[in-house]
Amino acid sequence: MHVPDGFLNAPVSVATGAVAAAAVAVSLRGARRELAGAAAHHGAERTAPLAGLVAAFVFAVQMLNFPVGAGTSGHLMGGALAAILVGPYTGVLALSVVLLMQALLFADGGLTALGTNITLIGVVTVVASYAVFRALVRVLPRRRGSVTAAAFVSALLSVPAAAAVFTGLYALGGTAEVPLGKVLTAMLGVHTLIGVGEALITTATVGAVLAVRPDLVYAARGLARPLVLRSGPVATPGAGPVPQAATTSTTTSTTTSTTTSGTTSGTDGPAEAPAPATRPASARKVWAGGLAATLLCAGVVSFYASGAPDGLERVAGEYGISTEEEEHGLAGSPLADYGIASIADERLSGGLAGVIGAGTTLAAGTGVLVVASRRRNARATAGAAAAPAADGGAGRAESDTGRTPAGNA
Amino acid sequence: MGAGHAHRLYRHGHSPVHRLPAHTKIAAVLAFVLTVVATPREAMWAFGAYALLLAAVAALSRVPARHLLTRMLIEVPFVAFAVLMPFVAQGPHVEALGMSLSESGLWGAWNVLAKGTLGVAASVLLASTTELREILLGLQRLRMPPLLVQIASFMIRYGDVIADEMRRMRLARVSRGFTARGVRQWSVLAKTAGALFIRAYERGERVHLAMVSRGYTGTMPTADETAATRTQWSSAAALPLAALAVCLMGWWTL
Repeated sequence: MHVPDGFLNAPVSVATGAVAAAAVAVSLRGARRELAGAAAHHGAERTAPLAGLVAAFVFAVQMLNFPVGAGTSGHLMGGALAAILVGPYTGVLALSVVLLMQALLFADGGLTALGTNITLIGVVTVVASYAVFRALVRVLPRRRGSVTAAAFVSALLSVPAAAAVFTGLYALGGTAEVPLGKVLTAMLGVHTLIGVGEALITTATVGAVLAVRPDLVYAARGLARPLVLRSGPVATPGAGPVPQAATTSTTTSTTTSTTTSGTTSGTDGPAEAPAPATRPASARKVWAGGLAATLLCAGVVSFYASGAPDGLERVAGEYGISTEEEEHGLAGSPLADYGIASIADERLSGGLAGVIGAGTTLAAGTGVLVVASRRRNARATAGAAAAPAADGGAGRAESDTGRTPAGNA
Repeated sequence: MGAGHAHRLYRHGHSPVHRLPAHTKIAAVLAFVLTVVATPREAMWAFGAYALLLAAVAALSRVPARHLLTRMLIEVPFVAFAVLMPFVAQGPHVEALGMSLSESGLWGAWNVLAKGTLGVAASVLLASTTELREILLGLQRLRMPPLLVQIASFMIRYGDVIADEMRRMRLARVSRGFTARGVRQWSVLAKTAGALFIRAYERGERVHLAMVSRGYTGTMPTADETAATRTQWSSAAALPLAALAVCLMGWWTL
């Protein structure tokens, strides 16, 4: 979303231009420090090629279309991504250069609105997301998963932040009397939605980079654990099987990378297969946790559940649909209307009914599953068809396609 | 890299507009657009005069009108926004075409449409008559920080390379039977973006090492130091000065 000419009046355009120029000047100085890497004296000469290539990356990645469905697609804005991957100063520089080139070469975004565009898309998103990211990383435990979570939240917040600043600028120098409250709500609503998309893409991208080159992610540089040297018996020819510990360095690196890709991609959708190494051990834990949570919800949280009718019931009631609703056939049963008939205390009765209901559902569901899996096993052992289990096969295939681009690198 | 390093908007030519030094053109376009934005929206005739001025420059540059008009289509999303404005703005309403439209909203829509269109037209004209390298050199002569100019030139130089990498990754995905249909495929696309970042960054490191090994110390040698003559500056200033006269007339007649 680039602001065109004439959207904001001349004084506000000039003022945001001054803000943008100051931010770029500060970033030029800061980027030398960020890009210096290991050798501090290389700062000045590393800045131009690296920031230029990062700008080219931002420019290219804005052309990568992410289908939303129904024929529409969106693209990344890249502020939060650049801030996390290369640091705030370089991020501001890269986005400013991209916006400058878009304004001059592609006539995208007005020339007088260039300062506004740099301030909004370059400075606000980058600074907001980086500040949120650093704050979250400081609070959360030092793990890869918290980097992912921080990336998600910071990218999500950066887009509405820019929208809010835009509304503020519009209040100062807008050229039409649009009700500001309405504009703010509309802008925040729409841009929160956009922010969710931005956050999903940013998180997955940061996760992909973390899995392959964690040293490149600027914002997570302090979080890398130092390598541990483990000593073990060395394999000698003819001395029997090699103990597991002898191959420490390679094994640790591969397992960390697989677990990282598993945990980071776990946030972005159901299409992911969990890390294969941890699957059998954690299945029982997940099952037990789910059972405990279900029982807790059914027994305790339902005390506090709202007694008001839910959305569908309410709409039905208002529009007279519910008058045609027939009394349920089991209305006379001991558990009707989520309570136990013979117990007077309303809360206790509701809770017990919940527990019993959840237990029954669980038992029925488990029974069906057990029967189904026995049948499948029987078919598989008897079978000529060596078809893999449907869910596992699909998940594995998905994750294979997922690896492909990275594998080409 | 085989193709020429001309951008999509540029159109080769030898007109007086093409020959002007880039920095005079950039300064002139910037001053022109600022003048347009500062014009009161009630002076409708002024915007017609601006359009005539731009048309005169376009005729002088011998860039076909079709070339300019098709490139101006980038403005379409804002036209949609401007059309919405009369319906959401508040204040006194007027009846037109059987709808109740806000008066200030109509003025706002007109304002955005007129000024935005003129701005886009001026930018397209600049980009059509000025080469990429010239624009970067012009920015440097206009005292933009040299480091920023270098970053921009690296971005332009490697933008096509990175875009080509992305195209090859897309081919690799497609040849493995991948089609992006919805949100479920985002993780694959995001991994592409991650791989693209790693490749871009590593290429930057290689470029840096290659340049250092050829004696790069952080500054680029300037090839030509030809300053614009007084006549070139004055002919470039003709457009913004005429626009300024129109703008002052607009304020005066108000």
